[in-house]
Amino acid sequence: MQLAVLVIYLAALFTPWLFVRHQHRTAYLMALVPAALTVWFAMHIPEVAAGATLVQEFQWVPGLDISFTMVLDGLSLMFALLICGIGTFVVLYAGAYLKGNAAQNRFLVVLLAFMGSMLGLVLADNLITLFVFWELTSITSYLLIGFNHQSAEARKAALQGLIVTVAGGLALLAGFAMLGMMAGSFSIQEILSSSSAINQHHLYSAMLICVLLGAFTKSAQFPFHFWLPNAMAAPTPVSAYLHSATMVKAGIYLLARLQPELGGTQLWIVVLTTFGAVTMLTGAFMAIRSTDLKKLLAYSTVMALGTLTLLLGIGTELAMLAFAAYLLAHSLYKGALFMLAGIVDHEAGSRDVTELGGLRKNLPLTALLVGVAALSLAGIPPLFGFVAKELLLESMLDGAFHSFIYVLVMVASIFVVTVASVIALRPFFGAFKAPKEREKIHEPPVAMLVGPVILVILSLFAGLMPALAGGWITQPASNAVAGFTVEGYLALWHGLNLPLLLSAISIAAGLVLFKYWDAARSKMKVLDPIVARGPERGYFWFMDAIVWVAEWQTRKLQNGSMRNYMRTIVLVFVGLTGYTLLTRYQLHWNWDVSLYFHEFIAVGILVAAGGAACLTHSRLGSVAAMGAVGFSVALIFILFSAPDLGITQILIETLTVILLVLVLFRLPSFSNISTTRERIRDAAVALLAGVLITFLIMITIDVQLFEPISGYMIENSYPLAHGRNIVNVILVDYRALDTLGEIFVLALAAMGVYAMIKFNPETSPGANHYAGTLILPKKELNEKDIVHSLEEIHQKMLEEQNIVTAGSDNDSDDEADEDPYTTDRDEQNGDDQESDNREPRS
Amino acid sequence: MMKPGTLILHAAARFLVPLQLLFSVFLLLRGHNEPGGGFIAGLVAAGAFTLYLFTFGAAVTRDLMRVDPRNLIGVGLFIGMISVFPAVLQGEPFLTAQWWPVMLPGGTEIKLSTPLIFDIGVYLTVFGSVMLMMIALTEAEER
Repeated sequence: MQLAVLVIYLAALFTPWLFVRHQHRTAYLMALVPAALTVWFAMHIPEVAAGATLVQEFQWVPGLDISFTMVLDGLSLMFALLICGIGTFVVLYAGAYLKGNAAQNRFLVVLLAFMGSMLGLVLADNLITLFVFWELTSITSYLLIGFNHQSAEARKAALQGLIVTVAGGLALLAGFAMLGMMAGSFSIQEILSSSSAINQHHLYSAMLICVLLGAFTKSAQFPFHFWLPNAMAAPTPVSAYLHSATMVKAGIYLLARLQPELGGTQLWIVVLTTFGAVTMLTGAFMAIRSTDLKKLLAYSTVMALGTLTLLLGIGTELAMLAFAAYLLAHSLYKGALFMLAGIVDHEAGSRDVTELGGLRKNLPLTALLVGVAALSLAGIPPLFGFVAKELLLESMLDGAFHSFIYVLVMVASIFVVTVASVIALRPFFGAFKAPKEREKIHEPPVAMLVGPVILVILSLFAGLMPALAGGWITQPASNAVAGFTVEGYLALWHGLNLPLLLSAISIAAGLVLFKYWDAARSKMKVLDPIVARGPERGYFWFMDAIVWVAEWQTRKLQNGSMRNYMRTIVLVFVGLTGYTLLTRYQLHWNWDVSLYFHEFIAVGILVAAGGAACLTHSRLGSVAAMGAVGFSVALIFILFSAPDLGITQILIETLTVILLVLVLFRLPSFSNISTTRERIRDAAVALLAGVLITFLIMITIDVQLFEPISGYMIENSYPLAHGRNIVNVILVDYRALDTLGEIFVLALAAMGVYAMIKFNPETSPGANHYAGTLILPKKELNEKDIVHSLEEIHQKMLEEQNIVTAGSDNDSDDEADEDPYTTDRDEQNGDDQESDNREPRS
Repeated sequence: MMKPGTLILHAAARFLVPLQLLFSVFLLLRGHNEPGGGFIAGLVAAGAFTLYLFTFGAAVTRDLMRVDPRNLIGVGLFIGMISVFPAVLQGEPFLTAQWWPVMLPGGTEIKLSTPLIFDIGVYLTVFGSVMLMMIALTEAEER
């Protein structure tokens, strides 16, 4: 199973090479990978249906209880089949849909990477591994939604989807950490089979809320549902794949997976049924308002996701049966409908149902397929959607608080019937209406049709033979969700009973509503102001608030005053350390110190130089005084037999003095900016720090909490590390990881200094010093300050130096080449060129 | 480029720089048993070139170094990272020291090891970092 995931990633890796040669046919080749995996997973159906659970162990970080172990049970198998099966069709579809698009290559790579991540997610047994795949799906879906990155709308939708799902992902990580702590293991199998009562744990509520936040954001539950319809800015294959069958169901999958251990409590039931019902109703209501085919489908997906959450919340055996059946039915018809909507859009040039009509003569097959899939959506026999809907209604009647929820479900199913009729009838019947000419509209290539055809046939097949679909696919999944073997079966005909009656009523009412749909929609415009105040407004407020807080804290904390930084750091350190020190340890006044004369001299120089550095009125004087402090410290190191430290200190002091000398003449003239009061306050802060350090030293002499590690290091330095210089052995062997980190920090610091010197507007006018302004809100930017390209900066700069006249289109590179002063120099980059350009003038 | 009035410095730098560089390599190699090591040696090497920098200016020093300090940092970090992997190939945790003692003819034993490789990485990073700052500052000054 690990191999299955790996194969998909490898396919993604090899796509670019194949694409160069085969262009859009690469997609047809690549579709073989998920197709083969579908077959491979299908071969496990009998085994899993018999109740077996396949486990393949693979260690990753055993020390942290993180493994790549993968598990195939009923639930994972159903998801794996959907991911690989629909994935095959989507890859085929994308090959034809994006034919000729220059970025198709990138699209296929990301699509396959997404597929691998999704498959990993449903197979992973370890919470941490699951989380990694979870985040990978977020990132790849961001790239897929924002595929048309030239469009601002797509970028916005992609970012919105990413921020909502990743914010939920953070909560999920916290939830997983808590869950792992409670259960004592990160393995889902172990959590599910553990006897410890997790739902009695005092952290249960906090953990559940975190996990639910993650699942709800991913599965577009109210109030986070808004990102899903916006994500329809993505190309149709993405909508068909991510936003119907796979990614949005990841949250549902997670809830279903953890249901046996976390479910059944009051909190679980109340939260899931409430949010599920609200989401269901919101989705149904928003769907009715929409006229865009993809929006209609997206909102009906939101509705379906709400229904699934609701079913998980109810948690009865019947609800589990309904859950698996509804999930399968939804994936089958919704995947097909999205692809078909894409075909209509592609061929007729619009997705707005008010702009379409009478297409059945031009797109007969598409019309037929949409019709059958919509029947399944509306829940009309003999499609599988009907079977699922019957079970849904039945489990509602069975549920604990049926009366209220039942009304909601009925309303939602009436709306869905209307939506289904709109999708099936409006574009294809009535007078011909389309943005494109009639002659140009024709059936799409086979690659685009094969997916919908097979999915629709499966819908029909499963509806006609529900016992087969139930026995093989959905019932093992129900068992996995419930945690025990669920009694019950799937059937097309349940006899004349209440659900059937209600089903009939909803169909009739839905068709009536469809008749008056246009009128109802214009009536519903009254509600627009309320809709505009929906949760999406909250998202924008949140984003504005981030910018606002960033501005505020930059102004307050990062105000550029060195003295403020120092004071804050020192005070926080003194406060925290001092508090711990005084509350936990007893100070012993230990004045019994014997000093040799030369030690006394060294300390005397140190103190005198420190005082001089504070009081001097010359910058050179303070540099010299600080140098004296440093060298005295080095002397003390050497006196107390730490030659390595001493040498390092001396070298650092020397280099510091050199550095200071280099910048000395660039600094403004020495002046006392601070008032006497400020100086007294600063002195007090400094004294506090000094006193604290004194206390610390006194205590470290007295308190010995642990056996010092130095003994071990001294003993083993030569036998183990083959070195007698313990300091160096610590640096490069015992604590080599620390040193590795330190050299990276050092390199980064050097880069920072380099950037500050080189990209300073005064010393290097070529650098993009406008870059920093881009993070500020738009309103504060003058149009003339917005930089669109490097050439523009170049041009602007050359104009400022009168090298070219304003407005002329001379290429700046030519200018540099013609300049005789620059040709004999070793040029590194544009910045140097510009500074050299300036030289002969000054 | 020779700055006026720096004859003694000029003459001294020419002799001191090679000596200092030699000393830095000496410090680097003895570091495991005696005071020294990559960090100190890197600082000494940087000191040598800084002396040169003060005497002859940035362009000449760049010329003498042949390598851009930025590349030195990169190579240093890379070498530091490389020393991580021999242990992994042996199935041991990252950075576990590996030793390959070599007997030279004449009875001298050289202990080649990953800590040595690592120390060389530290040496180059420290050397490159300091030189990057020094040269950048000097160039800003000369302008």
